[in-house]
Amino acid sequence: MAEGLTVNGVSKAFAATPVLQEVSFAAQGGEFVTLLGPSGCGKTTLLRIFGGFELADAGSVRLGQNDLLALPANRRPVNTVFQNYALFPHLSVQDNIAFGLRSRRLAEPDVTRRVAGGLEMLRLGELARRMPHQLSGGQRQRVALARALVNEPELLLLDEPMSALDAQLRAEVQLELKRLQRRLGTTFLLVTHDQDEAMLVSDRILVMNRGRIEQGGAPAEVFERPRTRFVADFLGDANLLPGTREGAAVRTALGLLRPGTVPGWTTGTLAIRPEQIGVELVKPQENAVAATISEVHYLGTRWDVYCAPGNVRITLSPSEVEDIGGVSPGKSVWLDLPANDLLVLDD
Amino acid sequence: MTEAQGQGPGAQGQGPGAQGQGPGAPTIDAGELTTFARLRRRGAVLIGGGALWLLLFLAVPLALVFAAAFCETAGYGAVKLSLTWDNLGRVAGWGVFGWEADNLRILLRTVVVAGLTTVLCLALALPMAFWIARQPQSRRGLLLALLMIPFCTNLVIRIAGWTVLLSNQSWLAGLAQQLGAIGPEDGLYPGTFAVLLGMVTTFLPFAVLPLYAVVERLDWTLVEAARDLHSGPWRTARHAILPQIMPGLVAAGILTFVPALGMFLVTDRLGSGKFMLVGNLIQQQVGRDTPYLSALCLTLVAATLIGIAILRWRAREVPVA
Repeated sequence: MAEGLTVNGVSKAFAATPVLQEVSFAAQGGEFVTLLGPSGCGKTTLLRIFGGFELADAGSVRLGQNDLLALPANRRPVNTVFQNYALFPHLSVQDNIAFGLRSRRLAEPDVTRRVAGGLEMLRLGELARRMPHQLSGGQRQRVALARALVNEPELLLLDEPMSALDAQLRAEVQLELKRLQRRLGTTFLLVTHDQDEAMLVSDRILVMNRGRIEQGGAPAEVFERPRTRFVADFLGDANLLPGTREGAAVRTALGLLRPGTVPGWTTGTLAIRPEQIGVELVKPQENAVAATISEVHYLGTRWDVYCAPGNVRITLSPSEVEDIGGVSPGKSVWLDLPANDLLVLDD
Repeated sequence: MTEAQGQGPGAQGQGPGAQGQGPGAPTIDAGELTTFARLRRRGAVLIGGGALWLLLFLAVPLALVFAAAFCETAGYGAVKLSLTWDNLGRVAGWGVFGWEADNLRILLRTVVVAGLTTVLCLALALPMAFWIARQPQSRRGLLLALLMIPFCTNLVIRIAGWTVLLSNQSWLAGLAQQLGAIGPEDGLYPGTFAVLLGMVTTFLPFAVLPLYAVVERLDWTLVEAARDLHSGPWRTARHAILPQIMPGLVAAGILTFVPALGMFLVTDRLGSGKFMLVGNLIQQQVGRDTPYLSALCLTLVAATLIGIAILRWRAREVPVA
């Protein structure tokens, strides 16, 4: 069983600009954990601290019983798939894959056997003697993956490994990566800004923003129960409705809404996913508000409409809009906001 | 005519539907709509000056040297047309009194001194190149300028400076005397040490510049990858750094080795006539025995070409993408 990763209070600043602030989390052995966040949120810096390419200003990182931060990069039981793959251009595919094994002076028969295993695992057999410049982006990525995995690391770090692939190939590779991880049982730590990728592959997503982990949990949990405006907005589309509490209800620009749980704040934000909003021509029960549409924008997978009162932008799902025969400026509709889907955010 | 033949110099991305490939045919070169004939004419004009210069002042004189090497001397620089191997024979050591090893010894010494100079220059230049390349951008220009400052002074004057600094009266020689490296009354020059010192000082900047150029563009993620894959410092240097800086090493090697082969000023002044290199041998013959002089030059050119060939061949052992 792979070793678990324990991260405690890791902080890092570049020239007085804080990049990571007291980041703590734990990953179980064999878990596929994703650090998800926009560029500049510190996710890559965190990964580089685990890899041994940056020094943490404070905090500890343990892999099983090992204090990772006390070891130099080449002595950590950790391997990395770099964003640009960083294959050695002067070495063939098989020599690239053998690189880490030869660094550790494994006996040549063992090297040969494990390289063969790596080639087989990532379907690279026919490319064994090719040079990196003769490979496509997808093939290079598989070589980088094989080169890391043949070392049998206790933790595999993946730094935006899909960013150089085109969309179609990416979806294929993501699935492959997930299956590979399940089969090997190695702890994978992936850094990405692609929420679909994070949802697809992860056992657990840690959403990062401004050097902090905003929320962590299983993909479904983070998606369905976002706790902050940032998480609600970054993972999928969300309608954010700021308001003030009046008893158990919240006064928003759309009107008085009753969320599933009573907010702990007096002013704050409610969120609801577009697919949870019903659009009706006749008044449904409780928690429905009347709205007059002033502007409509069709975006393929969603409709963005502006409506009175309040000139609020609301994102609606196409199926709901189709059910009432479309929306257009001037049309009056009822928006059905079920209490259980109306989430109370912390901020 | 195939499509490949129809593509003029620098012409790229000619669509499959392109018509006619004659010289008047239209083509697009880096966004400019033009014809092959016009591109060719422009190329000829632009290259013409340099090509003519090299032809008149390099190719023709070299051909004359080549021819003169097989002529007979007519005393004090004059040449008598003929076809003889005597001059090359003399270079190899055959004289009136039979074969002597002197010239071969000089040739060997030249190659060893030039090679040693090159190795020392590369060894000193590499850390400097890394250091400069890792300085803040704003400071790098200044450091490179400082590197070139010695060239503000003529080589002869710089060497004269060394003779003062290395003479038995100088503090430097005094220090060496104290340490027992040289005799109590001796200077640090003339001698092998002074020659190598002069050579390395002369050529060091030529070694730093091309190395700086490659080190500055170094892809450090390859270094991180090597580290990530459990490499120690030597293995990292061998696989993550060496292949990347190889072109710079070859350029720096050639820029040091080739002029070092022909150097005579440094040996003449700091070796004080006792330290003969091919360059000094050639210098002695200027205005005297022109055919012998030409044969010596030819030998030096040959040695240079062989040296470059070896460097290039060695460089190919570590292919660079």
